[in-house]
Amino acid sequence: MDTETHGGAELDFLAQLAQASSRRTFLKWSGVTLAVSAIGCSDNTAPGADAVNLGTGDFAVLNYAYALEQLEAAFYIQVIAKQYTGATDAEKLLLTDIRDHEVIHRDFLKAALGAKAIADLKVTFASVNFADRNSVLTTARTFEDLGVSAYNGAGRLIVDPGYLLLAGKIVSVEARHAAAIRDLLQPKTAAFAGDDVVDPVSGLDGAKAPSKVLMAAGTYVTTKITSPLP
Amino acid sequence: MKTTRILDAINDPEIVERIVSRRDLLRQGGTATTAMAIASVPVLLSVFAKSAFAQGSGLPQQVKDVLNFALTLEYLEDEFYRTGLAASALIPAADQAIFAQISKHEVAHVALLKTTLGADAVAKPTFDFTAKGAFPDVFTNYETFKALSQGFEDTGVRAYKGQAANLQVSPDILTVALQIHSVEARHASEIRRLRGGFSESGLHKGWITGNQTDVPALAATYAGEENFTQGGVALANSNAVTEAFDEPLTKDQVLAIAGPFIG
Repeated sequence: MDTETHGGAELDFLAQLAQASSRRTFLKWSGVTLAVSAIGCSDNTAPGADAVNLGTGDFAVLNYAYALEQLEAAFYIQVIAKQYTGATDAEKLLLTDIRDHEVIHRDFLKAALGAKAIADLKVTFASVNFADRNSVLTTARTFEDLGVSAYNGAGRLIVDPGYLLLAGKIVSVEARHAAAIRDLLQPKTAAFAGDDVVDPVSGLDGAKAPSKVLMAAGTYVTTKITSPLP
Repeated sequence: MKTTRILDAINDPEIVERIVSRRDLLRQGGTATTAMAIASVPVLLSVFAKSAFAQGSGLPQQVKDVLNFALTLEYLEDEFYRTGLAASALIPAADQAIFAQISKHEVAHVALLKTTLGADAVAKPTFDFTAKGAFPDVFTNYETFKALSQGFEDTGVRAYKGQAANLQVSPDILTVALQIHSVEARHASEIRRLRGGFSESGLHKGWITGNQTDVPALAATYAGEENFTQGGVALANSNAVTEAFDEPLTKDQVLAIAGPFIG
């Protein structure tokens, strides 16, 4: 956590500089070394903020993404820590990879947002039985599909093309996760891109407005999120 | 009459009915600009339909260029899977459901893009899936077929990603392109894992590690995926960092990859 704290202070300073210049300049200039602080620091009893405000403009969209990545990272950290009964070696490899990716997404967005980043969210997984494979994987499927539809729906709200590209770099990885989790639940079937999530007529994945996504995520997030997004 | 074209493409009376009614709603709504009407696919289709009804496409040239580029890639994928599924003794029965689902999506993507572009749609090229002899057994050797499938899907993901900024002028179309992009990523993940017997290891994870590939002829598809800096933030030099972000390709890079398979 030391590296994260240090990086945070440095980023705060850079973010102040950024207010005098453009956001893109800030991101390009801030050659901050972000040591990916893998696991640690988060379980559902950790204190978090009671309320956060996503801010405005592109920062609001990035904070929205950061909120979702916080939720996903916290979930998979517990999945790995608690390891459901009967997990195969292949499943452990897959879920550990996904945990690492989500932690990287979370920490990256925090670094990119700098002083604009929302605080840590309070999350709860009371509805999940981490000892049970089906409970874990169906929750994972919900999060991954929700993540995909969230990024797909938010792309149009992003003004800066650099940020849009970053969102694109992340969403396809979420879609890769979603397909893999779905396949674990229903191996070697059409489920990886099933008709329940990819419209069979148009061939399109989901796209959800932030307000709808935040409502769905509300089951797992107890922090009150104030959002200017539609 | 262009109305019939998109509706013909959608062979489902119930969905057509929903599209038409939503379109009327949108008309009444006037400048509601489909106010985040992204909530449902029928609404999206109606947005597309409006474009198609307007004229050939009525889209900015920049957008037409992107959509025709995408259409070319979708033509390629569509023909590839339909040919593979039709080949006898190529895809084992146990894997048919996977490829049938992918093929269904590629058919739909071609129809959607063609409808959107209307008279501006490019014609389907002639394809050579042996890539001038580099993959002579593509439709007789299942391993070759799967390797090319992975290459096409991973390239597709990178291609759409690289064009997103060019679609910002047309938010509705940007959204649809993103909705295709993530479907290609789902396909890629499944094929990659299928090729590894679902071992989730080595080169057969659902995600791309560094610029690694087990098919040397497809190296260009993975070039540049070994990126440790995102948005100016230097990240750890780990495999996981490269896996966590998919990288874009430029149109020229994609055309160089696809070139040997065209004509």
